[in-house]
Amino acid sequence: MTELTKLTICEAREGLKNKDFTAVELTEAYIKKMDECRKLNAFVCEAPEQALERARASQEKINKGEAGELEGIPLGIKDLFCTKGMATTACSNILKGFVPPYESTVTSKLLDAGANFLGKLNLDEFAMGGSNETSAFGPVVNPWSKDVPLVAGGSSGGSAAAVAADMCAGATGTDTGGSIRQPSAYCGVTGIKPTYGRCSRYGIIAFASSLDQAGPIAKDVRDCAIMLKTMSGYDKRDATSAQVDVPDFEKFLGQDIKGMKIGIPKEYRVDGLNSEVAAYWDKAAELLKARGAEIVEISLPHTQYALATYYIIAPAEASSNLARYDGLRFGNRVDGLHLDDMYINSRTAGFGKEVKRRIMIGTYVLSAGYYDAYYVKAQKVRRLIREDFLRAFDKCDLILTPTAPTPAFPIGDKSMQENPLTMWLNDIFTVSVSLAGLPAMSLPIGLSQSGLPLGMQLVGKAFDEASIFKAASALEKDVDFRSVK
Amino acid sequence: MAIDTETVKRIAFLSRLKIEDDKIQATEDEFNKILDWVEQLKEVDTDNVEPLISVNENNLKLRVDEVTEGNQSEAVLANAPMKEYGYFAVPKVVE
Repeated sequence: MTELTKLTICEAREGLKNKDFTAVELTEAYIKKMDECRKLNAFVCEAPEQALERARASQEKINKGEAGELEGIPLGIKDLFCTKGMATTACSNILKGFVPPYESTVTSKLLDAGANFLGKLNLDEFAMGGSNETSAFGPVVNPWSKDVPLVAGGSSGGSAAAVAADMCAGATGTDTGGSIRQPSAYCGVTGIKPTYGRCSRYGIIAFASSLDQAGPIAKDVRDCAIMLKTMSGYDKRDATSAQVDVPDFEKFLGQDIKGMKIGIPKEYRVDGLNSEVAAYWDKAAELLKARGAEIVEISLPHTQYALATYYIIAPAEASSNLARYDGLRFGNRVDGLHLDDMYINSRTAGFGKEVKRRIMIGTYVLSAGYYDAYYVKAQKVRRLIREDFLRAFDKCDLILTPTAPTPAFPIGDKSMQENPLTMWLNDIFTVSVSLAGLPAMSLPIGLSQSGLPLGMQLVGKAFDEASIFKAASALEKDVDFRSVK
Repeated sequence: MAIDTETVKRIAFLSRLKIEDDKIQATEDEFNKILDWVEQLKEVDTDNVEPLISVNENNLKLRVDEVTEGNQSEAVLANAPMKEYGYFAVPKVVE
């Protein structure tokens, strides 16, 4: 029998249907893999017994011909999604011991479809970070590491690493400024951040509410399509979730891309861009062109301001969202003489360095006297960034860019640790897309000379994930990364 | 707009966070570095631009303000570090 953990969701579903193996065997194979790969630190909470119990129930459904879309498929869940009865920490000490009394909408949709949760996956604390190093559980090790342990990216580092190491068939992620796409690129897997509003945010621990969006990280484009279909849809519990139809994303795979216009933003061709990244960018454009797509130059003049805009808006929203962690209603309490002391002691002990940094920046830019100069200004620039994209999409159907400026870097890298701005620059290609609320996928394009995966990003119009799936499936076929691997 | 030590202390208090005395200078320096960097937004002409609050501003609808899931005090209190008589318990605030 082929190694079960190597199968895609689509393949595993077929195998289960054809009775090649049982849901229990599939789950057992993943549990074994989780044991073998524990040193990667991808899972922060494992639930093998619960998973086996659910697998047995799934097998009964399969036997009766009542299988759901994801029946018996073992998934990993980013520890930012509230899972009823299963500890949820956002990888922060302040939420140590928190067991949600309710299920997030996205995970409850996955459960309803028959999916099986193996456990919770590591992330940067409250999803704030680009290397998974801010997690209270310590960094995730990139499965592609050779001599030196490399970061898995962030914030969904556990999700990307677990999928890359075959520790789960697919994983949920969330993306605020690149947190699905950048770790996917670093780990050589495929991830999509759908349009803002596509997936409900209900039950996802909030970081920056106007940017946060859930999405899948999986082994290939098809698996992303399968998972996203289940994860999407309007939810009355999230006022920002969109009342739009959810297409069957799988049907767009393999569709002709002849005549599709692919935009290349000229401003992203910065001096000093990593030459391997630049070469793969050209190669991706060539491959799409060979299939009849038309390559057009576009301009996104305000995207150079995207990072600064993001690092005002995201911390502002975070400082407000994280005000709820007061040691009073849930999480870790550190006593104090007075109420304020208790708040201060609990928060000072509970939050890590990066989270504190962002809470304070956010508090500052929202404080009296600075609100207009920073926060309102950033919101105005955000509109200009979004309008750039809208104008560009008059000339093209999709935009192609690299996902990240470099491959994965070593854990504890000094220049990243010493200067937060250096770390933040890794989000340069992903952040503007988040500010504009657009869908974007990262898929592996090839290996660097040092043998590390690099990713390409395809950005679509709002609610046009379909075009992304079309072009991504073409690119994936031509690149054939899974055989390179 | 460079910030000073007093501002750092004020922001820390507003954030309900404590910064050790020996970390205040480093925090101040880091803050100023970040604020210098975001100053670049001043270059952008935004005179006739409306702030963008939500990307799906056309999608937002008001809902009826009504109780949908009541009587869940047990679930609500399940994670409280301290509770008494069906309430969250806090340190004494009135002498």
